[in-house]
Amino acid sequence: MSGNLYEASVMRIAAVREETPDTRTLRLEFADEAARAAFSRAYRVGMFGLYGVPGAGECALCIASPPTRDRYVECTFRRTGRVTAALADREAEQRITLRGPYGNAFPIDDWRGRDVLLVAGGMGLAPLRSVLWNLLDRRAEFGAITLVCGARTAADLLYKDGLAEWAKRGDVKVTTTVDPGGETAAWRGKVGLVPAVVEETVPPNQKGVAAVCGPLGMIKFAMPVLVRLGFAARDVYTTLENRMKCGVGQCGRCNIGGVYVCRDGPVFTLEQLRKMPAGDL
Amino acid sequence: MKIVDVDKLSDLAAALAAKGYRIVAPVRDGDVVRLKQWKRGECVVLDAFTVNSVKDVLIPPSEVIGRYALDGDDFTPEAVAAEAPKTVVLAARPCDAAAMAVLDAVFNWDFADTFYNARRAATTIAALACRQADEQCFCTSVGGAPDSTAGADIILRPADGGKRLTVEALGEKGEALVAAAGEVVQEGEAAADAVAEVPVRFDAAALAARLAENFESPLWQTLSLACLGCGACAYACPTCHCFDIQDEGTRRESVRLRNWDSCGFGLFTQHAGGHNPRPDQAARWRQRVMHKFLYFVERFGRLACSGCGRCARLCPAGMAMADSCAAIEAAAQKAAKR
Repeated sequence: MSGNLYEASVMRIAAVREETPDTRTLRLEFADEAARAAFSRAYRVGMFGLYGVPGAGECALCIASPPTRDRYVECTFRRTGRVTAALADREAEQRITLRGPYGNAFPIDDWRGRDVLLVAGGMGLAPLRSVLWNLLDRRAEFGAITLVCGARTAADLLYKDGLAEWAKRGDVKVTTTVDPGGETAAWRGKVGLVPAVVEETVPPNQKGVAAVCGPLGMIKFAMPVLVRLGFAARDVYTTLENRMKCGVGQCGRCNIGGVYVCRDGPVFTLEQLRKMPAGDL
Repeated sequence: MKIVDVDKLSDLAAALAAKGYRIVAPVRDGDVVRLKQWKRGECVVLDAFTVNSVKDVLIPPSEVIGRYALDGDDFTPEAVAAEAPKTVVLAARPCDAAAMAVLDAVFNWDFADTFYNARRAATTIAALACRQADEQCFCTSVGGAPDSTAGADIILRPADGGKRLTVEALGEKGEALVAAAGEVVQEGEAAADAVAEVPVRFDAAALAARLAENFESPLWQTLSLACLGCGACAYACPTCHCFDIQDEGTRRESVRLRNWDSCGFGLFTQHAGGHNPRPDQAARWRQRVMHKFLYFVERFGRLACSGCGRCARLCPAGMAMADSCAAIEAAAQKAAKR
């Protein structure tokens, strides 16, 4: 019989970065090299982890760092509940726990040779950041890469240093936008909702793949735009962020119809999404 | 055939206890009969239906799955072992035994749960065929029977007008139990009593097809109007297994607990961002019915209901799963005729 499913790896917080007034990124390093190696072997971009603070609990979050950078794991979270508040209270050199990686992945090996459009809203940039770094770390394998990324206000944009770095590279086209009223005097990006900015900036007749992550409302409005731009439903990917406890298909709360987001997802294509009961999303 | 006298059941329990078994049996507990740990001198009650199911033995309402010693903001993980004493559930109902296949599937769905499996391996289920059924029983609607042996390690069948039970071991665990019982179980002859008649209330195979077409049906509103969202049905259900995980502790120590939960509760699916995919009781009741009669069938090839009827017996609002199923089928038939 296998060991306790709920036994987690102990992680040292190597660095803490403030992303926005309510959002942080923790860079975590494994206390145990065997655990790190096992994680690295299993991890594909898109999978998620259960991050834990003993005494507060665990929560499911995406893995914001790519498999190509396997000395550490990064997680980005907004302070919203008991566990994220406890995570936010932790400082560098303190420890937390991690279980996983769980779930399925973006099939980026199948994307080789194709153009990739990434569309992120708010916290949705966290999962797409690991996708983008993964693609950029294997840059020669893919066609044109485009990122359209938005937030409610300029202050709410995640990974400002990452955005600056990607903008400078020249091998990825980056468009940033904020919701109307979210701009500042120094704002140089677009002003408008993400789906509208995608429609405005991405040329039609797209033959590549697209991945959209963000609030459910944004995803719903972005999907028809992507279809109009020519993307096939099987080439449009998103991640679902249902509430989870176990991460392994047993606690029963992440179901959408008969789909277990933790096991069958979190990555789904638009084609799969269309088969799910809309009333359960 | 092997036989035990019904008035020797306490002796049987005592003999098994002497061989190291923890005995869980239907015993009186205030006004109800409950499956709980039998103590010497207690009467094993055969003619009543227990309020709780065998699930309680395999998945405790609350269980420690993790333990951490705390020191300020730091912690030290401590090993946690499953509590899995050698146990026999004496006189479980066939519908409870049949539910084991559902729990086995969930807790071994390529991730094997150590805690469940340790207890499952240590538990012997001695099922008792039903002589009587009440108006809430519907095992025959979900592929079961009042004398089904599915999931049981031993089947006890009432005989000689309820004075005796015939004892049939159905595998190694059952044979070990019979051997441990010693002289209380004897060779003999007895005339089997008639088993209960449980009328079929709905066609489960047809229901799955109906459900697949009726996610958006207005019927869910009507069917769930009475639901208070109390969760009694889920807690009493032998197949309901959904759980929550919470940390609880002091400044020095914290335990990670796995607690029973229910899809009937509003917070069950509430996202951190505020969105709730199942915002009302209609959506939650739909999930409960769909999960048992459609989703589980699609995923695991079996129903997640064994027709015990506890949900209906306990519901403070008088709702019944079998009524919902029959209503969905009736509505679909009516719609088809139009």
